[in-house]
Amino acid sequence: MSRIVIDSDKCKACYLCINECPKKLIKISDKTNSLGNRVVEFDDPKGECLGCAMCATRCPDLAITEVYKG
Amino acid sequence: MTTQVFKIPESLRENVKYSFCPGCDHGVAVRLVAEVLDEMELKEKSILVASIGCSVTLYDFLNVDSIEAPHGRALAEATGVKRARPDKFVFTYQGDGDFASIGLAESLHAALRGENVSAICINNTTYGMTGGQLGPTTLLGQVTTTSPTGRNLEYYGYPVKIAEHVALCDGTAFSARVSLDSVANIRKAKQAIKKAFEVQRQGLGFGFVEILSTCPTNWKMSPSKAHERVRNEMMKTYVSGVYKDVTSGEQAHIMRPSFV
Ligand SMILES: Cc1ncc(C[n+]2csc(CCOP(=O)(O)OP(=O)(O)O)c2C)c(N)n1
Ligand code: SF4
Ligand code: SF4
Ligand code: SF4
Ligand SMILES: [Mg+2]
Repeated sequence: MSRIVIDSDKCKACYLCINECPKKLIKISDKTNSLGNRVVEFDDPKGECLGCAMCATRCPDLAITEVYKG
Repeated sequence: MTTQVFKIPESLRENVKYSFCPGCDHGVAVRLVAEVLDEMELKEKSILVASIGCSVTLYDFLNVDSIEAPHGRALAEATGVKRARPDKFVFTYQGDGDFASIGLAESLHAALRGENVSAICINNTTYGMTGGQLGPTTLLGQVTTTSPTGRNLEYYGYPVKIAEHVALCDGTAFSARVSLDSVANIRKAKQAIKKAFEVQRQGLGFGFVEILSTCPTNWKMSPSKAHERVRNEMMKTYVSGVYKDVTSGEQAHIMRPSFV
């Protein structure tokens, strides 16, 4: 199953990944990280992730650290 | 079977945290440089010449040997480094102000001399680090802290088209302009960086990529609105494409870009 890994300590809450995901699998969470940013989370209950890495390619801050396709 | 299709490049320092503002395209550009260093296996033989601007602490992000140049002088330093150590892979990473304002003479003369180095220039149409002043790349009509009513042609003249100027230098082996406004264009940008690095590896001369990037903070825009501005405004004046590529077999001075 395709999936991504988010390092929420690095997220700067720019939310560019949210618009980029063709399946809309990334959303604003209710967590705040050590930088004070309201971080995003990966929410894919139906296993829809394409493993396309559009989110990680767009993320300017290396907060999406891994993408697996399968 | 599951395969990993994205990982943090090894040419970045472990657990790196950038100092850039949220949504700033500098972060994407630095990652692309690191990915290309990985793929071309250049990390161990690289010397980065970092510059003054928002990327001033690039040596903290890229895990390569590096020196810092005074504002605008990155290509003068890179010239010295490469001539002293021709076995090393030498590249600069500069802002548009650094490359094309205070450093225009150093930059173009390095290209004219055909120095066998590579240069990356981040064009965000402003002096980001110092708070968003007008620079030579500021678009006509663009509001900055020093052009509060917009860049005015009568007073300031025209914006500089860096990739075209570099392409006109006979010592240039490769010159291209790319953009980071979309994922598709980010992928093209990486290919251009690879080409600019490859011409150095082959000893063909100066390799250059101008990267159209955002400065959401000083443009006072959300990161995604900033990408719209790149697409709708910057890319009209600054047309993307390859302006010179001595490996393509085409004429040296074709100003009609072929797209990467
Ligand atoms: C000799 C000198 N003059 C001026 C400055 C002030 N200064 C620091 S960064 C900068 C401009 C940076 O703009 P740019 O190169 O476009 O990089 P950006 O921050 O936009 O990425 C200026 C004018 C300086 N550090 N040294
Ligand atoms: S693009 Fe990166 S930094 Fe921006 S919100 Fe998404 S994970 Fe966070
Ligand atoms: S890999 Fe593609 S589908 Fe999966 S979360 Fe990222 S952008 Fe969405
Ligand atoms: S001031 Fe502009 S260019 Fe500099 S880090 Fe912030 S957004 Fe990026
Ligand atoms: Mg700039």
